Amino acid sequence: MDVLELARWQFGITTVYHFLMVPLTIGLAVLVAGMQTAWVRTGDVKYLRMTKFWGKLLLVNFAMGVVTGIVQEFQFGMAWSEYSRFVGDVFGAPLAMEGLVAFFVESTFLGLWIFGWDRLPQRVHLACAWAFSLASTASAYFILAANSWMQHPVGVEMVDGKPQLVSIWAVLTNNTALAAIPHTVIGCFAVAGAFLVGIGGWHLWRKRDEDGPVWRASVKLGGWVGVVAFAGLAITGDIQGKLMFEQQPMKMAAAEALCHTEQPAAFSVFAIGDVTRPDCENVKSVTVPALLSFLAHNDFTSEVRGIEDLVVEYQQRYGTHYPVDDRLGELSGKPIDYVPNLPVTYWGFRFMIGFGALAALAAAGVLWVTRRGRVPTGKWFPIAVLCGIATPFLANSFGWIFTEMGRQPFVVVPNPSGVDGVWMFTARGVSGLTTGELWTSLITLTLVYGALAVVEVFLIARYVRAGVAGVIPPEPVDEPDDKSGDQLAFAY
Amino acid sequence: MELADVWFCVIAVLWLGYLFLEGFDFGVGMLMPVLARDNTERRVLINTIGPVWDGNEVWLLVAGGATFAAFPGWYASLFSGTYLPLVLFLVALIGRGVAFEYRGKVDSEGWRRAWDRIIVGGSLVAAVGVGLLLATTVFGLPLDANGNRVGGPFAAITAESLLGAVAVVGFALVHGAVFIALKTDGDIRHRARAFASRVGPWALLPLAGLLVLVQLSWGEWWTWAAVVVVVIAAAVAFERLSAGREGQAFAALAAAVVATVVALFGALYPNVLPSTLDPAYSLTVADTASSPYTLKVMSWVALFGTPAVLVYQGWTYWVFRKRVSAAHIPPVHVP
Ligand code: HDD
Ligand code: HEM
Ligand code: HEM
Repeated sequence: MDVLELARWQFGITTVYHFLMVPLTIGLAVLVAGMQTAWVRTGDVKYLRMTKFWGKLLLVNFAMGVVTGIVQEFQFGMAWSEYSRFVGDVFGAPLAMEGLVAFFVESTFLGLWIFGWDRLPQRVHLACAWAFSLASTASAYFILAANSWMQHPVGVEMVDGKPQLVSIWAVLTNNTALAAIPHTVIGCFAVAGAFLVGIGGWHLWRKRDEDGPVWRASVKLGGWVGVVAFAGLAITGDIQGKLMFEQQPMKMAAAEALCHTEQPAAFSVFAIGDVTRPDCENVKSVTVPALLSFLAHNDFTSEVRGIEDLVVEYQQRYGTHYPVDDRLGELSGKPIDYVPNLPVTYWGFRFMIGFGALAALAAAGVLWVTRRGRVPTGKWFPIAVLCGIATPFLANSFGWIFTEMGRQPFVVVPNPSGVDGVWMFTARGVSGLTTGELWTSLITLTLVYGALAVVEVFLIARYVRAGVAGVIPPEPVDEPDDKSGDQLAFAY
Repeated sequence: MELADVWFCVIAVLWLGYLFLEGFDFGVGMLMPVLARDNTERRVLINTIGPVWDGNEVWLLVAGGATFAAFPGWYASLFSGTYLPLVLFLVALIGRGVAFEYRGKVDSEGWRRAWDRIIVGGSLVAAVGVGLLLATTVFGLPLDANGNRVGGPFAAITAESLLGAVAVVGFALVHGAVFIALKTDGDIRHRARAFASRVGPWALLPLAGLLVLVQLSWGEWWTWAAVVVVVIAAAVAFERLSAGREGQAFAALAAAVVATVVALFGALYPNVLPSTLDPAYSLTVADTASSPYTLKVMSWVALFGTPAVLVYQGWTYWVFRKRVSAAHIPPVHVP
């Protein structure tokens, strides 16, 4: 493997990993703040117990989100320095805003929330929970604005061969971003919903502790969040599909493994056989006539262009061969392959939707079998709900893998309708490092991340098994010399 | 003054915030085996920074992000040029961050001991990394005409950058000890004070050496003056400490950090990353800066953002101003 491939693997592994923690943090933070609000409003101790229990799991997860995020922040400069030089004028700004506006608030108010239970007035403490959770969502806004600019560069003009920012407003209100942000944030709620349903459902079924009402309320909340989230994902995803049709026709064709232009175009639900090119010609697939035309353009008759036509067009616009240049490594002087990895994009798109639908079905099913105080007793139930937790995580990962690999071979994707000349090949973006350096970092980070994944799952499982009693210390026995009054409500 | 120069100062201020705040975090981590005798005392130490260490770390992230936004060429060359040391630095930050959060989550000696090692080792390596990075920025890298590092993966490991590493470790030890003396009560407080007075002056020598070395290469009269301020402030800090005034000692150390940053970045200007191959290849403020428009946007963000950050982070320190002592530590409660 050359530096380019290693750097791509490294970015992919570290980012997908980061995005396992991120959606749980974003979704759960808002739900926990809601639970605490319910407690402050009603005084019902059930809600306090929910806040404490889910809050603890949130913290275990948050720590991992933070430390893996640090790697992300530096990776652009470390392994993608040419990319950073090229896009710096535009791309750094949302990243810096994310730090200044979101991460500072997030980290500071989380500290206040964890350690402030007995130090702050109840309402101020609650406000800290909201500040923290809304800042998490705000961080998603800024980073997705940056990412959307790579998918659809706007707000710039070319000066001396580099994009120069002319309107930050255009970057922050990029239509790609305004579609991707709700889609991604709702995906985070899908994750949090399944988490509540899975863990709450398991406890409900076990009936081991006094906290039946806590688990029941959690399952109900999580179930509704899961179902509504999927509806939201379908709506926002449809908007994204239409934008993709305009902005990244090749990604659209790759998502369908659509070799030839079709009018009207059918949506492929499922394919039997090999979707790689050129074999995509004779893939048998189960299709819904004209649906793709509708997804792409809101009517059942419009034309959707296929890969073969697009390749010709891309070659005319962006060239047929990479220039001869040492820095391009193995690709120097080679023909440019404009077709993304078809099995990954085709199946990635389907797995995103499929696992998401499965998550929503599971949520609806659990709501049904636990309706009006019922408790399922079958052996299948705990297995089903616990496996259900994985589904929205998988859907999220596949969504990202599809989005990011579908834009290859570009790292900044040329935009048919936008500023001329703003694009960059992924091969151009990578730093001039040695393969030894990248192997070292790739192996080190993968091992560290793997070990930490084991630790996180182990800890979460322990807390889950212990239930609420594991996070609320027993009432202190009143001693005559009241020293305990001086103790911290929480300490590491 | 051009906007790019202002942003050079902003980056320096962000590093200042980071050195000052995470400096004592690193110190607290490294001093765990020195100052704490048992698990409760170790918990006292960790809880002095418990509510704030993550907020402190964000100063580094914003320093990185702001460098990317304001000086993309600087960000790209520095971080790719110091690739392997930076990976080690990141792994250290990962380890200690997770360790703070996880060490108390299982009630077992072995579990705690393992995480304690990661806290100590991670804090040490991270401090080394910061020192290396800062010294490399000031002394430069073998950069070619495109700003890319030549000279192999270990080009950033030089005598100067190692001196920088030792300097930051030494400073973090002193700063951490004074911080502990300020934030704790009982035995630990006395031990920390004794440690700072005894070891402190020696631990700051590498920093003094670094500053003088930098000035010999690029010093101006006013950066030399800053070095003098560092020495005076450090002396005041030790004097106040021996008088038992920990708060004043801590403030004096803060002044020393300010002067240190002035001395380093003042000498660096107008370069941002010198090339050790040919001065003509050195990266400067002017040729790595983003466009005036981007800098203007960032200036507005910083103008409103920074005061808010200072207010609510300051408020956090106020909320948790009480000294922590063994009596405050609740019993272990884990599943
Ligand atoms: C949709 C949301 C989202 C996405 C796409 C990303 N992140 Fe992230 N990130 C978050 C949402 C988030 C968060 C929810 O705000 C986190 C996760 C857990 C946490 O502590 O904050 C976070 C943490 C986090 C941190 C640590 C913040 C701290 O110390 O408090 C950094 C530096 C980054 N991220 C940087 C990045 C970069 C450079 C990304 C792009 C490659 C990235 N994140 C993708
Ligand atoms: C958190 C969710 C994200 C996931 C799961 C994700 C996933 C991936 C994957 C799998 C790759 C490798 C693609 C390939 O090499 O074929 C990649 C590459 C990349 N992504 Fe993302 N990504 C995410 C968010 C972002 C964001 C928010 C940005 C920018 C702000 C970004 C910027 C990049 C860059 C610069 C590369 C490297 C170049 C490349 O290989 O194309 N990604 N990402
Ligand atoms: C009917 C359902 C859905 C549709 C039509 C849909 C559509 C899309 C489209 C078109 C994209 C690509 C955007 C682009 O690259 O320009 C995308 C990306 C993505 N999807 Fe979905 N999606 C659906 C369900 C889901 C579900 C259930 C999840 C997760 C729980 C999910 C998570 C994601 C993520 C994380 C991305 C990448 C980030 C982004 O570009 O927003 N999607 N989706």
